[in-house]
Amino acid sequence: MDDLQAQFDATIAADQRIEPRDWMPEGYRRTLIRQIAQHAHSEIIGMQPEGNWILRAPTLRRKAILLAKVQDEAGHGLYLYSAAETLGADRAELTELLLAGKQKYSSIFNYPTLSYADVGVIGWLVDGAAICNQVPLCRCSYGPYARAMIRICKEESFHQRQGYELLMAMMQGTDEQRAMVQESVNRWWWPSLMMFGPPDSDSPNTQQSMAWKIKRHSNDELRQRFVDMTVPQAEALGVTLPDPDLRWNPERGHYDFGEIDWSEFKAVLAGAGPCNAQRLAHRRRAHENGAWVREAAAAYAEKHARKQEVAA
Amino acid sequence: MTVFDALSDARDEHGQWAFGTGIEDVATEITAPVPDGVDAADLAEYCLMLGDDALVCGHRISEWVSNAPELEEEVALANTALDLIGQARLLLSRAAHLGAGADEDELAFQRNEDRFRNVALAELTDDGDFGHAIARLLLFSSWRLALLQRLLGSRDPVLAAVAEKGVKEVAYHRDYAARWTLRLGDGTEQSHRRMQAALDTVWPYVEELYRVSDVEERLIAAGVAANPAETRADVDAVLDELLPQATLTRPDRPPRGTVRGRAGRQGVHTEQLGHMLAVMQSLARQHPGAKW
Repeated sequence: MDDLQAQFDATIAADQRIEPRDWMPEGYRRTLIRQIAQHAHSEIIGMQPEGNWILRAPTLRRKAILLAKVQDEAGHGLYLYSAAETLGADRAELTELLLAGKQKYSSIFNYPTLSYADVGVIGWLVDGAAICNQVPLCRCSYGPYARAMIRICKEESFHQRQGYELLMAMMQGTDEQRAMVQESVNRWWWPSLMMFGPPDSDSPNTQQSMAWKIKRHSNDELRQRFVDMTVPQAEALGVTLPDPDLRWNPERGHYDFGEIDWSEFKAVLAGAGPCNAQRLAHRRRAHENGAWVREAAAAYAEKHARKQEVAA
Repeated sequence: MTVFDALSDARDEHGQWAFGTGIEDVATEITAPVPDGVDAADLAEYCLMLGDDALVCGHRISEWVSNAPELEEEVALANTALDLIGQARLLLSRAAHLGAGADEDELAFQRNEDRFRNVALAELTDDGDFGHAIARLLLFSSWRLALLQRLLGSRDPVLAAVAEKGVKEVAYHRDYAARWTLRLGDGTEQSHRRMQAALDTVWPYVEELYRVSDVEERLIAAGVAANPAETRADVDAVLDELLPQATLTRPDRPPRGTVRGRAGRQGVHTEQLGHMLAVMQSLARQHPGAKW
């Protein structure tokens, strides 16, 4: 056991990848399963807020872009559940844990999408924040997760550009459309900042995850990077980020920003956000409505496997 | 081993199911001149028929997003909807170019239901029943594939190009629907009952697929349109092979009646289309003059 642990530690120290058949500490395995499952669940629940506008997309081009994006999210969910399965987890069981409220998904999806500008703002801010969080995961110590993240990050960057492009188009449209974009930014800015998780002083899992090289940067570092990246984009777009304390700090070489309302973050995390119940109920309903279909597929596969045995 | 045995064992390794389907600009592909001896208004009307079939059916399928029974089905159904909306964009753009409207979006979002030219099968709601969605897709895609195969040789280069791209896509839609027809038909007692009921429900809408409108008659004579009457044999061949394997029975129900001979191709629809358009067109109509 000590040899195995030593080998694991050496692999991590040398910045090499742990692969599914390598020995790994139970805590490492559990942490990864939890994190990858949460990420997969986020992709799946994340289909709902944007899916809310597929049927009402205002042009055929926008409809196609949005459909393709939401489809990508389903695809990301598939890769990620597969990555979790390399650790011995099972997709159906992970889904049950999600539906039972025992595993989480990103809190951002507990906010409603109330206008078409939200489709663009989710692309720009929410996918932008996700990219900041996820790009370092491409160097995560666990091989299958890191490789899945490379593909996912490429597609997320594409989504972010598409979201920003929609907002650019809307800002060149009518006054009503410009107001729609600003209103949407006002609602999504703070929840986007919350996507990086609690402040470092209050983030119990960060240290161990960084030691295992699952995580490469702290929550606050990534949040700062996101703010610094986003402010010039907001200026180019012509929208105001809803934070009177937001200003360049030449001494730090970063933007200072106002205090996040952590009570709202905790409330949403605890299930009391605007859409927590709705999102889970939607997922449960789809899952239950599909039960007879999955049962049929299983019964069919079993019948035909038996027929092949008899024939052989 | 028949084609559908092979299908039922197929895995999802098909190249065309790559994520992030390209969203190309359609404007340059639809400006070819009208073939000699063909009335532009007829051709525009025909593009509306085929385009509306794709748009309306694609929209119905997109209702499944985030509601599908399994993640693989989320991906497959979204992809199917995307393919059909892609076909609709080319066809509506062509119709607009020929004088039917300003552009694809005006045609999709500003027309009232009586100006839609799709067959009723495309617009039927499936009420969130997967079996119903599969029955509709099986019949729609078997029929559309037969049409597109005939359009490969159309004298209109745009229709021929749409067909060339569409044949591959719609063949996959049909195979997907056929695989699920097999699994549901020959799955559990419940799935068998539901799949049979779904087929029975959509069956009265099949006869309309084979009717030839006046516009089509003229364009068939000009070597531009496909003859829908000829597609019956193709659709029957699919059903004759598939249904017995799926332990399902070919429904025996009379075709849905017309209103003095008028149906979808003449703009006389089911009550369901108006509700679909009320949702689909709401945002576009709320913001006249907006840019998206």
